[in-house]
Amino acid sequence: MRALRFLLRKEFLQIFRDPALVRMLFLIPVVQLLVLSNAATFEVKRARIYVVDHDASSMSRGVVDRLAASGRFARGGGSGSVALGDDALMRREVELVLTIPEGFERDIVRDRHAAVQLLLNAEDGAAAAVTQAYAREILVRYATELGAQLLPATALAGARAERPPVRGQPAVQLRTRGWYNAELDYRHYMVPGILVQLLTIVGTLLTAMNIVREKEAGTLDQLNVTPVTRTVFIAAKLIPLWIISMVVLSIGLVVAKVAFGVPMLGSLFLVFGGAALYLVAALGIGLWVSAVTETQQQAMFVNFSILMVYLLMSGLFTPVSSMPEWAQWVARVNPMMHFISLMRAVMLKGAGLADVARQLAVLATAGVVVLTIAVRQYHKRAA
Amino acid sequence: MRAPERIQALVAFVVKELRHILRDRQTLTILLLLPLAQVVLFGFAIRTDVNDIRLAIVDAAPDDASLALRARFTGNGRFRVVATAATVDVLEPLFRRGQADVAIVIAPGLARALADGTPARLQLITDASNPNTGTTMQTYAGAVVRAWQAALPGARQGVTIEPQVRMRFNPTLESVNLFVPGLIALVLTLVTAQMTAISLSREKERGTLEILLVSPLRPWQIILGKVAPYLLLAFANVVTALVAAWVVFHVPFRGSLLLLLAASTLYALVGLALGVLIAARTESQRTAMMGSMIGTMLPSTLLSGMIFPIASLPWPLQLVSNIVPARWFIVIVRGIMLKGAGVVHLWQELLVLTVMFAVLFAVAIRSFRARLA
Repeated sequence: MRALRFLLRKEFLQIFRDPALVRMLFLIPVVQLLVLSNAATFEVKRARIYVVDHDASSMSRGVVDRLAASGRFARGGGSGSVALGDDALMRREVELVLTIPEGFERDIVRDRHAAVQLLLNAEDGAAAAVTQAYAREILVRYATELGAQLLPATALAGARAERPPVRGQPAVQLRTRGWYNAELDYRHYMVPGILVQLLTIVGTLLTAMNIVREKEAGTLDQLNVTPVTRTVFIAAKLIPLWIISMVVLSIGLVVAKVAFGVPMLGSLFLVFGGAALYLVAALGIGLWVSAVTETQQQAMFVNFSILMVYLLMSGLFTPVSSMPEWAQWVARVNPMMHFISLMRAVMLKGAGLADVARQLAVLATAGVVVLTIAVRQYHKRAA
Repeated sequence: MRAPERIQALVAFVVKELRHILRDRQTLTILLLLPLAQVVLFGFAIRTDVNDIRLAIVDAAPDDASLALRARFTGNGRFRVVATAATVDVLEPLFRRGQADVAIVIAPGLARALADGTPARLQLITDASNPNTGTTMQTYAGAVVRAWQAALPGARQGVTIEPQVRMRFNPTLESVNLFVPGLIALVLTLVTAQMTAISLSREKERGTLEILLVSPLRPWQIILGKVAPYLLLAFANVVTALVAAWVVFHVPFRGSLLLLLAASTLYALVGLALGVLIAARTESQRTAMMGSMIGTMLPSTLLSGMIFPIASLPWPLQLVSNIVPARWFIVIVRGIMLKGAGVVHLWQELLVLTVMFAVLFAVAIRSFRARLA
């Protein structure tokens, strides 16, 4: 125990003696949260439209007006030629080309049905999909509006919900509600996940680098010839980083609350409990990396490749449920995925202990397994 | 030293550096396999579309009409019914445990209400904690309800405007097509900026850089020697990523390969200059690593348009994204690969990268020289 105390003291001294490292340790969470949370969004603020209006009728102008009035789109040019529009798309001057064919108004009045062409720059795939969804929504609304206008005066009242019931004319009232994130703030969803990513990077990377650094400097050999046992040595290495990671998490949570107003509907205790378990696995991975590498450069690369797979398969940026079956199985053994889903459930949905019991169990198991493998890999060997 | 000797010394130095890298098999393997792993991951596992929507149905008093509506959902490949209940009480725990994404609540007496023409009340509840997928799922569910509604006997025919959508340059919205250019940028950043920063600061830490600096080699020769092997490696990486993308995923390649390789070399040079700069300004490997992580990797993934579109960023970050080299490089690669764009379309981006390289290189050389004094 005495040995552990001295070693712990040494570790803390070593970490805090490096001012650049300490600065980064506490700056990274803040910078990452501020930048990442604002950057990680597929929301399209304003897409520029190139308008090719072959109809030039009041209804075709209505389509353009409705799109522009939504605030999601802005007119970025127009002419009578689709080829010119395509050119503008190529030069990235506009995001989509809207073509309204001749006879658009006539078709609507006569057939109640008409088509428009949307040509999107799908170079930015996600953005194109979102832009398209917005445009569709606006067109549906405009069509409903036109439908009401086109009805004969007697039937006009029928377009409203409060019309008197007419037998044989079904009236459906569909209400839609989004739970847990009423203002649809994407950042509320991202921040808990980014906090997890942060903990993972800080914890795993620092652990690996810390031990390999001693290997490189040769001080590890000196420690190996002392009577300090493997367990004490590893404990002395992991405990400080575990504590620092928890502090980083606390800072992150404060930033999340203050800067982004992310709600904390569940219990803070659950969040920290989950983090405490998760960090055992995260630090264990760092320990394992340090055992199989010789230089800091190697450690960084092994770490980087593990973290990347880890991160991409965690559901942080893209939903796990969209992955193919085999990838979902890979994701299921990823502790990061479970911790992210725990954080999101607790913070945004107010999930309680019973709701996240499964995640906690997985995290605990992962911690034990990873740490066992890592410790076994680690030998008090010379060279 | 005369000129031929100088060249000889430089060659010897480059060979030494190459040996350093080739001897470290582990790092080399990772560096060569990383792009492959990334292409496979992005190509197979990472999708942004919503396919498997878990639906909970609350139907207090099932009748013909509500069963017909439910059949619309079960018959739709996107939806999977995970729970059917009589009260809304079950929804909260289902959502909290993440076991359901969407719920449809059908008010009792649907068939009668429809026949009488009184408002038939339906409610769609979505787990909107992720606003993106939430909105998409809501749109899909709403479309199912609307289709059901239009097929009801006696339903009035409304006006429809049908958008015929064409996705230009990537008709199927394959994510791998979009990610490969970003991937190339990421791997290049990793190999050039980060590897150079660490390898130089390693020599600094060990004191071997001082030895090199007092050797007859000029500072620019030392830098060149350090950087040349990584340039080769970067080139190999670009080629592997491209071949993998082409062979496995049939990512289209519409433009000129030569232009792409030239642009990649230019981008690699920018990365190398950045790496030298980071190494010159930091004292230990650890700080160099952290610095290059924050200074290059993060912006290259997040502020480059690789995953998240630049247009979605808030304006201060859009401004910042202008100084991220990867942002310009990704435009170039996507332009060449997906759009078949040529120099005519991309000269601005190429110019920006050239200017960046010139500035970074000048600053890096200066900070390096300062150490001599």
